[in-house]
Amino acid sequence: MTLSLQLFLASGGILWLTGLYGLWRNSDPIRRIISLNIMGSGVFLVMVTLARRETSTDPVLHALVVTGLVVAVSATAFALRLAVASQQEKR
Amino acid sequence: MAASELILDLILCLVLLSLAVAVVEVKRLYDSIILFIAFGLILSITWARLGAPDLALAEAAIGAGITGVLLMAAYANLAPKKHLQNSHRSWLAVGFSLAAMVWLVLSLIPLADSPESLVAVAEQAMADSGVTHPVTAVLLNFRAWDTLLELVVLLLALLGMQQLRLPSLKIAYPWPLLNAWGRYLAPLTIVIGGYLLWRGSSGPGGAFQSGALLAAGLIVLRLNHVIPGLSWQHAWLRCSVLCGAGFFLIIACLTAWLGQGWLDYPASYSASLIFIIEFLATISIAVTLAWLVTGQQEAAS
Repeated sequence: MTLSLQLFLASGGILWLTGLYGLWRNSDPIRRIISLNIMGSGVFLVMVTLARRETSTDPVLHALVVTGLVVAVSATAFALRLAVASQQEKR
Repeated sequence: MAASELILDLILCLVLLSLAVAVVEVKRLYDSIILFIAFGLILSITWARLGAPDLALAEAAIGAGITGVLLMAAYANLAPKKHLQNSHRSWLAVGFSLAAMVWLVLSLIPLADSPESLVAVAEQAMADSGVTHPVTAVLLNFRAWDTLLELVVLLLALLGMQQLRLPSLKIAYPWPLLNAWGRYLAPLTIVIGGYLLWRGSSGPGGAFQSGALLAAGLIVLRLNHVIPGLSWQHAWLRCSVLCGAGFFLIIACLTAWLGQGWLDYPASYSASLIFIIEFLATISIAVTLAWLVTGQQEAAS
């Protein structure tokens, strides 16, 4: 079991960095917002994996991730609207 | 047994990582959005594998579903020529990411063995939380403050969107199949959403999953032109957006004033209080998410 957990922890870290790399590399606002979401998913993956270290899962971390998901979708919705507004301004 | 489980985990991680790399690397924005939706679905399977069914439900509905629709709507609203091609591959970025990856992975892996302290604390307090599902108890009782602020964040996103005064989503004439299916799907989301909400007190489910599902039903109905666009002029819509955070705030003030403290429910009422808060929060979340996707409807002149 520990080996699996280490695998998921490492994947969470790599996901976060993939998102950071996408943020660095892409200049399109929508792609940057997607990259930020990937970074968030990496953090969630680390948190959910940490919740599984003991035989009974940790409800506190799960609840935090549920909260995080909803906050992430609200922020994404607002950021996308801002991106659309800024492009329409330019035209 | 352990070896086959490890292979499953390995495949999941590899698929997840390759999808993530494809999302940031692929040339066309449209492909990137489609791959991101697929990434969300694989992530939802990963949550199920890690023993987090609450998250798997929320991710499938919110992460893959609603974020996907939002991205598609933004894509449709942008002029096609404005989509910048990402032609510059920065080797500096690749080098930095690889170096940081080694460091990050090496510092994360030891965490798998360090002990956990919050599980015992949460289990001890379960008896007087009013519900039997630990995640719901944490969300609406032990850490209710977080959930209240989360509803406020949702409200702020909606208010911010209102200030931008963008044209609402341009909806094409519905595709016949969607038209036929939508009429069956929307009532089904109410049944499943209601079940998830009710089940939240004893098992995986709850306000967020159920709210996201109901929002999906509302969006399908809107795409079919069955319901008119959501507009700030309707008082009942304003009420349904505000009722979740509003009622939660009233309870918080009442417990601070008459009870033992901010959001410290009296033990005999906590089960029914949690249910009412969850019910109103579900309505708020459903309407707010649907509104965020479809946008403000201009007043018909």
